[in-house]
Amino acid sequence: MSLSPVEGLALAEIESDPDAGTPAAKGVVGRSPGQLAWLRLRRDRTAVVSGVLLVFFMVLGLAAPLIEMAYGIGPREQFQNLLDGFGMPLGYAGGVTGDHWFGLEPNLGRDIFIRLIYGLRTSLFIAFAAALITATIGVVLGALAGYLGGWLDAVINWITDLTLAMPFLIIALALTPTVTLRFYGERGQVSSAFGVGVLIAVFAVFGWTSTARLVRGQVIALREREFVEAARASGVGLGHMLFRQLLPNIWAPILVSFSLAVPQFITSEAALSFIGVGLSDETPSFGRMIYDSLDFLQTDPAYVFFPGIMIFALVFAFNLFGDALRDALDPKSSR
Amino acid sequence: MARFLLKRLFSATLTLFAVSVFTFLMFFALPRDPVSSICSKNCNPERLERVRDDLGLNDPLISQYAGYMKGIVTGRDLGSAQGGRCDAPCLGWSYVTNEAVSDTIARVLPVTLSIVIPAAILWLLLGVGLGMISALRRGTWLDRAAIGFSLTGASLQLYFVGAVLLMVFVYNLRLLPVPSYTSLFDNPAKWASGLVLAWVALAFLFSAIYARLSRAQMLETLSEDFVRTARAKGLAKPKVYGRHALRAAITPVVTIAGLDVGGALGGTVITETTFGIQGLGRTAVDAVRSGDLPTIMATVLIAAVFVVLANVLVDLLYAAIDPRVRLR
Repeated sequence: MSLSPVEGLALAEIESDPDAGTPAAKGVVGRSPGQLAWLRLRRDRTAVVSGVLLVFFMVLGLAAPLIEMAYGIGPREQFQNLLDGFGMPLGYAGGVTGDHWFGLEPNLGRDIFIRLIYGLRTSLFIAFAAALITATIGVVLGALAGYLGGWLDAVINWITDLTLAMPFLIIALALTPTVTLRFYGERGQVSSAFGVGVLIAVFAVFGWTSTARLVRGQVIALREREFVEAARASGVGLGHMLFRQLLPNIWAPILVSFSLAVPQFITSEAALSFIGVGLSDETPSFGRMIYDSLDFLQTDPAYVFFPGIMIFALVFAFNLFGDALRDALDPKSSR
Repeated sequence: MARFLLKRLFSATLTLFAVSVFTFLMFFALPRDPVSSICSKNCNPERLERVRDDLGLNDPLISQYAGYMKGIVTGRDLGSAQGGRCDAPCLGWSYVTNEAVSDTIARVLPVTLSIVIPAAILWLLLGVGLGMISALRRGTWLDRAAIGFSLTGASLQLYFVGAVLLMVFVYNLRLLPVPSYTSLFDNPAKWASGLVLAWVALAFLFSAIYARLSRAQMLETLSEDFVRTARAKGLAKPKVYGRHALRAAITPVVTIAGLDVGGALGGTVITETTFGIQGLGRTAVDAVRSGDLPTIMATVLIAAVFVVLANVLVDLLYAAIDPRVRLR
């Protein structure tokens, strides 16, 4: 996927563009591929809507403590007085009231709304951190493998095949308590920050291979081009070659893969906490909430819906935005 | 062809070997003594020591690994405490369930197969069919509906879909029994009614991904010259689309399908947890929770075998589907 077709298509767009730069510029306006992509993205209704939704989610996550203050209820506060004798929330739809917007958890009586907000914060933080780390490792190793080839390429390829063959959920499930035990011993009180860190580390170890594979392919396609040859002839170092010559040409697919990796990590984090790994009950998490709610499908059906719909909306928005980004960066692709 | 197969099988074996070494090291590097979790508090030190000896935990790591591998290939003698002679695919003895691990696997593997195989057939037919139709009817309401379906499905989570299905069909409408596994050969009707929700949930989510992928591939293929040539020389539409275009469009779908089916056969952890069915995935989760090392090892290895075999199979299928691919 070289960017030359983008520039080719650009001519047609320049003519039809309504808000074309300065009025003085007649006819051809020079635009970088990045500016063109930005224009296309802004004109795409799906992209704008999903982008706004994402920003909204991120603000919610970032402002969780502020929301807690405004809402007046903490994520660990229990409201036993609002539960009936069986531990079920009183009232309709799992105890939805003006005070508790999304109702209460059965048994513990914690407020679902504020727990979801904090869950969003954890989920987004883990997903973004994991995506950033995997993208960095993947880009560096993939570019090295693609450009240098030889034994390094073979080794990285082999590791990629290996991680594909390992059942990720089971390995992560087994690995996380092992790592935690290593650091805390049998009875230590595990801090929630540590649990989050372990999860990110596990994702980083297993997640970088797909980016590496993508970058490797792109670099191999560029390796024999004249500009690379010219740079090599003028004697640039390896770092300059990789990051100044090659990387600017492949940032588009990397950005797309990054934006689609984030929802994948959100999903994986929820899946892991669903099967009961990593985050302790102290840290609110979507997967954990859904797992807990499975026991109450008959008695408190509303409990499963709030976290379920929340995670759906989050992943949906990310996927839509990632697709729109791909369309904007590579108008040739038909998906 | 034979040479390709040999080469491919060799590299597959190498991958499996690496997975086994990695898993072995990872779990035996556990700081927790695997024995203490088996014995509860009132367990005397002598018995603890004997169990440790039986498991070979006092031997050096390499000989432990060699013993384990020898057991898989030729079988080996485990102490009398571990059921004595353990036959060829010997995966060790579990002190948690008190049975040979191969027996546990033999019991739960059919469960996972019964979930995955019908679901995979369903999701491939539904996904590829939907993708093809929406590519051929591009821009119509049918296409838009298919796109909407695949976008929604790709963002939904299995546990949520599963929970909603359970709530509606089992608890509210009472149309279906609580999911459980009965052998197909004992009672096919009960087998199907116990697993149908799992099939539907899996098929729904996966077919969304496949519909999207095959639609994109099909659109790309339809714009290729050979399709126009075929139409121009007067071949009927069904023949062009069904035989020529589909064949060219389906190769990437086959790759993904191989990975997905292979991965799913290794244990559908989330599905089995959601529906409370004891298959390979649930067994693995339980084994991790109880620190049952031999069972963890076995489930990870089996999952890896499925993925690696599925990859070999995909390579072979490639050659069958696409004559341009030559196996060397």
